[in-house]
Amino acid sequence: MATIELESIVKTFGAVRALDGFDLRVESGEIHGFLGPNGSGKSTTMRVLLGLLRADSGRVRLLGGDPWRQAPDLHRRLAYVPGEVNLWPNLTGGEVIDLLGRMRGGLDERRRADLLERFELDPARKARTYSKGNRQKVALVAALASRVELYLLDEPTSGLDPLMEAEFQRAVHELREEGATVLLSSHILAEVEALCDRVSIIRAGVNVQSGTLAELRHLTRTTVIAETVRPAAGLARIEGVHHVQNEDHRVVMEVESDRLEAVVRALADLGIASLQAHPPTLEELFLREYGEEVSA
Amino acid sequence: MSPSHEAPRSRPLAGTGHLVRLILRRDRVRLPIWLMGLAGVTAASANAVIGLYDTPEERAGYRATVENSAVTRLMAGIPYDTDTLGGIISYELTALTGIVVSLMVIFLVVRHTRAEEESGSAELVRSAAIGRHAAIAATLSVALGAAVVAGLLESAVLIASGIGSGPALLFGAGVAGLGLVFTAVAAAAAQLTSSARAALGIAGAVLAVFLVLRGVGAIDETALTWLSPFGWQDAIRPFGESAEAWPLLLMLGLSIVFFALASWLVARRDFGAGLLRGRPGRTRAAAGLAGPTALALRQQRGLLLGWAVGLGLLSIVFGGVGREMQTMIESNPDIAAVIAGSVDDITRGYFAYVMTLLGVTTSAFAVSSALRLRHAEESGHAENVLATAVSRSRWAWSGIAVTAAGTTALLLVVSLVTSVSHAVVSGDRALLWPVVRAGLVTLPGALVLAGFAVLLHAWAPRWALLAWAPVAWAFVQAYLGELLDLPGVLAGLSPFWHLPRVPVEATDAAPVVLLSALAVVLAIAGVLGLRRRDLATT
Ligand SMILES: Nc1ncnc2c1ncn2[C@@H]1O[C@H](COP(=O)(O)OP(=O)(O)O)[C@@H](O)[C@H]1O
Ligand SMILES: [Mg+2]
Repeated sequence: MATIELESIVKTFGAVRALDGFDLRVESGEIHGFLGPNGSGKSTTMRVLLGLLRADSGRVRLLGGDPWRQAPDLHRRLAYVPGEVNLWPNLTGGEVIDLLGRMRGGLDERRRADLLERFELDPARKARTYSKGNRQKVALVAALASRVELYLLDEPTSGLDPLMEAEFQRAVHELREEGATVLLSSHILAEVEALCDRVSIIRAGVNVQSGTLAELRHLTRTTVIAETVRPAAGLARIEGVHHVQNEDHRVVMEVESDRLEAVVRALADLGIASLQAHPPTLEELFLREYGEEVSA
Repeated sequence: MSPSHEAPRSRPLAGTGHLVRLILRRDRVRLPIWLMGLAGVTAASANAVIGLYDTPEERAGYRATVENSAVTRLMAGIPYDTDTLGGIISYELTALTGIVVSLMVIFLVVRHTRAEEESGSAELVRSAAIGRHAAIAATLSVALGAAVVAGLLESAVLIASGIGSGPALLFGAGVAGLGLVFTAVAAAAAQLTSSARAALGIAGAVLAVFLVLRGVGAIDETALTWLSPFGWQDAIRPFGESAEAWPLLLMLGLSIVFFALASWLVARRDFGAGLLRGRPGRTRAAAGLAGPTALALRQQRGLLLGWAVGLGLLSIVFGGVGREMQTMIESNPDIAAVIAGSVDDITRGYFAYVMTLLGVTTSAFAVSSALRLRHAEESGHAENVLATAVSRSRWAWSGIAVTAAGTTALLLVVSLVTSVSHAVVSGDRALLWPVVRAGLVTLPGALVLAGFAVLLHAWAPRWALLAWAPVAWAFVQAYLGELLDLPGVLAGLSPFWHLPRVPVEATDAAPVVLLSALAVVLAIAGVLGLRRRDLATT
C-alpha cells in the first residue's frame, strides 16, 4: 500500500490554482524527492496532506486514511517540518521540541539529545533570539527525534549552512535504514539527487514527471566548461553531449550525467588547460525541458 | 534590539520626511476615520444640547442634576459653568473628546514604533539611509499633527454650531493639549517594553489612572484633579467668566517630562537589550507543558497578570470612593432632597454603575484573549500545533477555555477587591456580598463578546477585528449611557445593558442564564466554523 496517494487534486486560492489536477504517489519506505520552483505548489501539497487545507476536488489518502477527517490519529504517525518555521518567541528551543513531541505522542530521548548535539543547537535560548537557520534546526530536531512512519519535510535545508546540510543528509539516511518514509520538498536538484530514491517534479500545480533517479537521468545534465590546448572540435559527435558552443580553444556544453567519462577522456586528448563542471540547477532544467523561465 | 546598521551618527534624523509620508500613506484611512468620528460626535452632541437646553430653566435643571451626581462627576469631572450653553456642551464633550484623542495618538505612536520594530519592518527601514531617531521623530510629528488637527476640528465644529470663537478655540486647544500629553506617554511606553501589546497596555493604564484621579478628585472637588491632565483640561473652563489658558502650559510641561523619559529610555534600551540577550532559559519543558491548553495559558499568562494588576488597582480606587458618596450626601441635605433617595440607594446606584463599567473593561481582556486564536493562526503557531495529534476542536476549545477561565478569574479579582476596598474604607459590611454579586453578574456579558470574537474569527476571519466594535459600544453605553440617554434599541446592542443592575435591582436569573447560553452557542458555532475552513497559511 502506498503511504501517500494524491489523485487529481485541485486547490485554488481565489483566482490562483495552486494545485491543478495534481497526482503524487509515495510508496512505503521510500525517500521521495519533491522538486519544484518557488510558488509551484509544494507547501500547498504538504498542507493538503496534513489536513490543514481542504482540497477542492480529488482524492487524498495518507497512511491509509483521510487527512481532512482523521488528522489527529494520522498525525500521531508522522512528523512535519513546515516550510516557514514560526516558533513561539517566549519559549526556548528545548521547550518547543518537548512540547511538539509531547503533542505528537512522545519523542525518543536518546535521539533528541543526539540530534541537538549534531545540529549544534543551543536549546536554552528563547525562540525570539534564534536566526532563521536555528529556527529550522529546532523544527528539524523536533521532527526527527520522533520515531514515526512518515516524515513530511518542506524545504528543510533552506536556512542551513553546508555543514549542517551534510548533517541533515546523514540523518535522512538513518531514517531510510529504519524503514521510514520521507517526502522531502526542495527547489535544489542536487540535494534531491543526493538523498532520494524517487522524485516527483511539480510545475504550476501539475506533476510533470515522476520516476526513479535513473529514469530522470536524462534530465540531469552537467554543464561542462573547458579550455583546451588544441582547438576543441568533434565533441558534439559524442553520444550524450548537447548544446555545444565552441570558440577555438573554449567549449561550453551540456553532458548527460552518465556520459561524463567519455567527454572527460576526449577533453584529455585535446589537452585540458582548465575545466569546470557544475550540475544543472532546477531553473536550467525547466528552461531546457519546457522552454520557459521560472521565477526563482 | 539594537540596529546592526546604524546610520551615520551625525545625521540621526535623516529621512524623517520620507517616513512621515510613509506613515501618512499607511494611515490614510485610519486617521481620517478617527478625526471625522471625533468631529461627527462633537457636532451631533452640540446640536442635541442646543436643542435641549435653550432656556435658563432647562439649564438650571441640567445643572442641578449633574452638580449632585457623583457618578457623573466620576466620569466627566467637575461640572463648571453649566449655566451656559457652551458650558453644558463642554461638560458633555470634554471626557469623550479627551479620551478619543488620547487613544488616537496612543494607537498611532505604538503602531508605528513598537509594532513596526516587532514585525521586523523597522529593520528594513533602518537599513536604508535613514537616521537612527528618524522613525520616532516621524511618528511623533504625525501624532502631534493629528492632535493639532483634532483640536482645530473641535474648534471649527463648535464655531459652526454658533458658539463664540474664543471659547471654541480654547476648548480645541485643550483637546490638542491632551493629544500632546498622550503622544509623549505612548512614546515612553513604547520604549519601555518589547511588545506592542504591552506598550498599549502601559499607555492605556496611564490613561486610566489619570481618568480615575480626575474623576475621584471631582467628586469632592479635591486637589486630586490637579494631578491629572484631564483635570487641567477641565480647569481651562473655556466657557467660564475667567477662562484660563495657563493649564495648557501644565500639559506642555508634562509632555516634556514624558518625552525626556522616552529619550532617556531610547539610550538605555539598546544597552539593556544586549544585557538581556545572553540569559539562558530552560532546556527542557516543564512536565505540565504538554498540550494546547497549557500552551495557551503560557502564552497568555503575562496578559492576564497585567490585566489583574491594572484592574485590581482600579478596583481599589473605585471601591474606596464608595464612601465619598456617603460623605457627600450626609454633608449636604439639599442634595439628599433633590435626589430624594436614601444614602444607601445612592451607594448602591454607584456600585451598580461602577461594577458594570469594570465588567465592560474586563470584556476587553476577554476579547483580546479570544482573538489569540486568530493570532496563533496568522503567525503560523497554529500550524505547528495542528500538524501534531491535536485536533482543530481541541485546539480551539483550549483557547476558549483559557479565555473563559481568565475572564472569570479577572472578574473575581475585580469584584472581591472592590468590595473589600469599600468595606475597609467605609467600615460598612452591608454591601460586601451585593458588590461581589454585582461584579460577577457581568460575566455573561463579557463572555458573549468573547464568543462573538470567536465566531467572527471562525466564519469571517478578515473581519475578526470588528469584534472590538461591540466592546467599544458597550463601553460608551456603560460609561455615558445615562448622560446620552440612548434609545433602548441602541443601548440593547450592549449585552451588559440586559443584565440586572445589581445591587440596585435583584439578581434576576433569566438574563444571566440567557446570555450565558448565548455565549456558549456563539463558541460552539465558532468551533464548528474553525473545523470546516482552511487554516490561514503564512
Ligand atoms: N493562503 C494562500 N492564499 C493565496 N494564495 C496562496 C496561498 N498559499 C499559497 N498560495 C499561492 O499558491 C501557489 C503555490 O504556493 P506554495 O504551495 O506555497 O508554493 P511552494 O511551496 O512550491 O513555493 C503560489 O502561487 C502561492 O502564491
Ligand atoms: Mg513552500
